[in-house]
Amino acid sequence: MSIASSLRIASVRQAGPLPGLPLALGMTLVWLGLIVLLPLSALLLKSATLGSGWIKVLHDPRVFAALKLSFGTAFAAALFDTIVGALIAWVLVRYRFAGRAFFDALVDLPFALPTAVAGIALTALYAGNGWIGSWLAPRGIKIAYTPTGIAIALAFVGLPFCVRTMQPVLQSLGAEFEEAAASLGATRMTTLRRVLLPPLLPSMITGFALAFARGVGEYGSVIFIAGNIPRVSQIAPLLIVIKLDEYDYAGAAAVATLMLALSFVILLLLNVLQKKVALGRHD
Amino acid sequence: MAGTTDVAINQALREPAWLRWLLTAACIVLLVGIVVLPLAVVAVEALRQGWSAYLTAIADPDTRSAIRMTLFVAVISVVVNATFGIAAAWAITKFRFPGKRLLLTLIDLPFSVSPVVAGLVFVLLFGAQGWLGPWLKAHDIHIVFATPGIVLATIFVTFPFVARELIPLMQQQGPDQEEAASSLGASGWTVFRRVTLPNIRWALLYGLLLCSARAMGEFGAVSVVSGNIRGLTNTLPLQVEILYNEYNYTAAFAVATLLVLLALITLAFKLWLERRHADALSRRRGRH
Repeated sequence: MSIASSLRIASVRQAGPLPGLPLALGMTLVWLGLIVLLPLSALLLKSATLGSGWIKVLHDPRVFAALKLSFGTAFAAALFDTIVGALIAWVLVRYRFAGRAFFDALVDLPFALPTAVAGIALTALYAGNGWIGSWLAPRGIKIAYTPTGIAIALAFVGLPFCVRTMQPVLQSLGAEFEEAAASLGATRMTTLRRVLLPPLLPSMITGFALAFARGVGEYGSVIFIAGNIPRVSQIAPLLIVIKLDEYDYAGAAAVATLMLALSFVILLLLNVLQKKVALGRHD
Repeated sequence: MAGTTDVAINQALREPAWLRWLLTAACIVLLVGIVVLPLAVVAVEALRQGWSAYLTAIADPDTRSAIRMTLFVAVISVVVNATFGIAAAWAITKFRFPGKRLLLTLIDLPFSVSPVVAGLVFVLLFGAQGWLGPWLKAHDIHIVFATPGIVLATIFVTFPFVARELIPLMQQQGPDQEEAASSLGASGWTVFRRVTLPNIRWALLYGLLLCSARAMGEFGAVSVVSGNIRGLTNTLPLQVEILYNEYNYTAAFAVATLLVLLALITLAFKLWLERRHADALSRRRGRH
C-alpha cells in the first residue's frame, strides 16, 4: 500500500463537516447586502438627512390623509378577508360538494394574477357603467373612485392569505374534541365557540396581519379603481410616486419611512397579540 | 333513550342540512363574485371589438417589445434568485453559525416592503439625485429609467421566493445524507449535484414558478424605476397601464389577457406540483 493511498483513506475517515460554507454564506451575505440592505439603508439615510424637513412632511395634510386612507382601508379589507376567509376555509375543509377542488384552486388566483390586471378588471366591474357599478349606481351607491373601491381591491389581493392560513389549522382539528364536547351536552354553537374558535384564533390573527401588511403597501390593484383624488382617494404608495414625479426625493423617502415604521409597529403588536392568544389556550 | 342521545350528539356535531347548504352556497357566490367576475370581465372587455381588434392589439410592436422585456427580466430574476436561494439554503440548513434567525428575517424583508418602496430605494440609490447619481452620470451609466433598474427592482421583490421554499424543506431533510456522501469521498459539488439536488428538485421548481410569476406580473416596483419609455423599458403590466390611461381599453384588456393566461398556467402548474409531489415539498411552506 502506497503512502498516498493510505493518506487518502485517513482523510476519508476524518471527513468532517460538509464543504461549501464560506462560498454559500459569502454569496448569501453579499447578495443580501447588495440587493436588499444597501438600497434599504439608502432610504433610511435619505430620511435621516431630512432633518427639519420632517416637520413640513408631518404637517402636510396630504401625507396625513394618504396614510390614514392606506391604513384604514387595509384594516377594513383585512377584517373582511378574515371573516369571509373563515367562512370559505370552513366550507372547503368541512363540506363535500361538486367542484370543491376547483373552488379551492380559485382561492390562489389573486396571488397569481398581476396586480395591474386586477386593478383594471375591478375598475371595469365597479365603475358607474360596469357590470356591478351600473347596477349599484341607480341605488345611489358609488364604489369606483371612493375609499370603498380601494377597500374592495385590497380585499381581493388579501383574501388568499386569510383562507390559506386558516385552512391547514381547520384540517388538523380532529373530530374527537367536538365529539367530546357534544357528548358532554354542548350545543353546536357552544362547541364552535368554545372548542373550535380558540385553536383557530391565532391563525385568524396571522391571516389578518398578512392581508393587512399586503394591503398597506399595495399599489397596482388600487390606483385604477381609486381615481387618485388628493386627500380623498390617494393612497400612501401613490403619494410616494407623485413626490418622485415632482423630484421631491426627500419627501418620497419620508412618506416611505413613515409607512414602514407604522406597519412595523402594527405588525409587531399583532404578532404579540397572536402569541398571547396562542399561549392563552394552554393556560 | 340511547337513540335520542345519538341524535342530540349528531346535532351537536354537524350543522343542520339547510345551514350547510346555505354556507356552501355563500362560499361559492363569494368566490365567483370576488375571483371569477374579474377574470370574466377581462375576457369580455378584450373581445368587445371582436377577434381582429384583439389580435391587432396583441401583435402591436410595442406589445411585442413589452413581452420580450418581461421575459428577459423574468429569466434574469429567476436565475439570480435561484442561485441565491440555493446558496442561502445550503448555508442555513447544513451548517451551524450564530445569527441564523436574523439572516432568515433579513431574507424575508422584501416581502414586507411595499412594491413602490422597493422601486423608490433604487431611485434613491441610482437616480439623478441619488447617492450614486453624479458618479453614474459622469461615467454615462444608466440604471434607473433603463433596463438594469427594472431588473434590480424585480430581483428585490422576488428575492425571498426560492430561499423560502428550500429552507424549510432542507431543514426537515437535515445534513445526514450529504454528510454520508461526503464521508465516502464525494466532493462538495458532487454531493450537491447527486444528493441534494434530487432531494430538492420539486421544491426548487415550485419556488422558481412562484418567482417567475411574480417577476412577470410585478407592477409597482417596476413602474417607479422604468420611466415608461415605450418600446424600450416597458414590461407587459406597464403596457397595460399605458394603454388603459390612453383610454384604449380594448387593447389594455387584450394585453391583460396574456397576463391572465400566465396566471392560470402558473396556478395549474402549482396545483399539479402540490398534488403530485406533495411529499417533495416542504410541509411548512409559506404562502405568498
